[in-house]
Amino acid sequence: MTAIIPTAPENACPLPLASCRVEAGFPSPADDYMEGSLDLNEHVIKHPSATYFVKASGDSMTGAGIFDGDLLIVDRSLEPAHGRVAIVELDGQLTVKRLLKSQGRFSLHSENASTPPIELQEETEVVVWGVVTHVLHNLL
Amino acid sequence: MKVFALVDCNNFYASCERVFDPRLKNRPIVVLSNNDGCIVARSNEVKALGIPMGVPFFEQKALIQKHDIAVFSSNYQLYGDMSQRVMDSLRLFAPDIEVYSIDEAFLRLDHLQPRNLTEYCKTMRAKVMQWTGIPVSIGIGPSKVLAKVANRVAKKETDDGVFDIRSRQAQDAILKTLDVQKLWGVAWRWAERLRRIGITTASELRDASPPIIRKQLSVVGERLVRELRGHSCIDLEDIQPRKNIMSSKSFGNLLTQKAPMAEALANYAARACEKLRQQNSRAQAVYVFVQTNGFRETDAQYSNGLTCTLTVPTSDTRLIIEAARFCLNRIYKPGYRYKKTGVMLLDLIPAALEQKHLFADSDQHSNDHLMATVDRINRDHGPDTVFFGAEGITRQWKMRCGSRSPRYTTQWNELLRVS
Repeated sequence: MTAIIPTAPENACPLPLASCRVEAGFPSPADDYMEGSLDLNEHVIKHPSATYFVKASGDSMTGAGIFDGDLLIVDRSLEPAHGRVAIVELDGQLTVKRLLKSQGRFSLHSENASTPPIELQEETEVVVWGVVTHVLHNLL
Repeated sequence: MKVFALVDCNNFYASCERVFDPRLKNRPIVVLSNNDGCIVARSNEVKALGIPMGVPFFEQKALIQKHDIAVFSSNYQLYGDMSQRVMDSLRLFAPDIEVYSIDEAFLRLDHLQPRNLTEYCKTMRAKVMQWTGIPVSIGIGPSKVLAKVANRVAKKETDDGVFDIRSRQAQDAILKTLDVQKLWGVAWRWAERLRRIGITTASELRDASPPIIRKQLSVVGERLVRELRGHSCIDLEDIQPRKNIMSSKSFGNLLTQKAPMAEALANYAARACEKLRQQNSRAQAVYVFVQTNGFRETDAQYSNGLTCTLTVPTSDTRLIIEAARFCLNRIYKPGYRYKKTGVMLLDLIPAALEQKHLFADSDQHSNDHLMATVDRINRDHGPDTVFFGAEGITRQWKMRCGSRSPRYTTQWNELLRVS
């Protein structure tokens, strides 16, 4: 023997799929149908480097299904559009609102009967921080 | 022809803080070093006030109060995560990327049509801004040295943050007024030597005879001349897994007793081992050092270090802590006021490479399993959910980081809150 050539660890590839032992008996008939597992991250996060988790507080957006303490999945790569729920900069604060567009201008709407919408003045610039794509609400 | 871009985040640490707090938008910001000692990052407003980089925080306290400057302890978890996001965003635009530092990356853009390059970089810049909130400047050039020069121009003299220095006219105009010492890789000593042979500007260096420069500054200097002429000699470098891992911090207060130092050391060792396991390596030796505060001239000074070889390569925190304490016991001397200790894991090898050792215990597998479990618990439930007794509980040696912002992107209980 002249040399031991190790396999580089970066070539190691864990194989989660095949589940049964084959040396005795028949392979599992299900093996042909294995598809890997479902990844919730992959499902809700389309742009990982642009996605942030944000905690909601207060009850101004209960109508949109956002309750105090809920976890919001926010994607900064999405463009603001009519009807989307977004994190918006308002008076130096970040706040969650529904964007509604009429006559080319956005207004910001809470979704709670007791909070009136915020009509933006001509000179007010809406800075959208990110678009909310999902709400994670804890039932326990 | 090769085309390089250098992407550099503007005032990176200050920009990270601003992403999560819009009230900071036009407010001057400083970020302090570990232990809140010195100013290590400044927003543009602070630079304009003339507060220099690296000065002790306490010396600037009056100015900071007068101008209502926001002060932050460094939040490396946040900066590291935001850096990762910036780099990942850049990868979507250019597959060939060298992450040069936490806030800088070199890109190869050869595959793009040169005609569209400035526009492409503007789009890239806008996307990084949208996805991460971090403003960047981009310099484009035919070599890394020139891309770095172009980046300087992009940052200081353009509105759109992109500058292309590939044309000869642009190179002439910029290099003519650029001090050699501002060039990438030119230190004060080199600048001094060049001055003695009559070279003070970048264009003078570019037009100098390579053999003469080689005599003054070795082949490295000669390479610099070629790079300035637009001949690329330095390509992108692949990032190798680290060969050594260092973990070291100053104490919150000077320490005289061995016990709290041993705790701190065990804590740093545990952090280093986490990194070691993350990159699937094992260490073959451990180096430990201690030092007093060299700035306190009235204190007696002492520093020392010791390396200890491990019987078998390991990534087991318990064994590393044991080795580190063994070293500390030999180098600690009573009667000094210590400022800092640290541990370095040396001669790392891939975990897969390891040979069976005659005298090694055969529990390697279950030890690996235990460490993986510890790492998983701490990842899922927050750092220090489980830790080693040797790290101590009260941790009086801990660094000061009194003004750290929330770790918005890496801790579940510190997320940004919106109402």
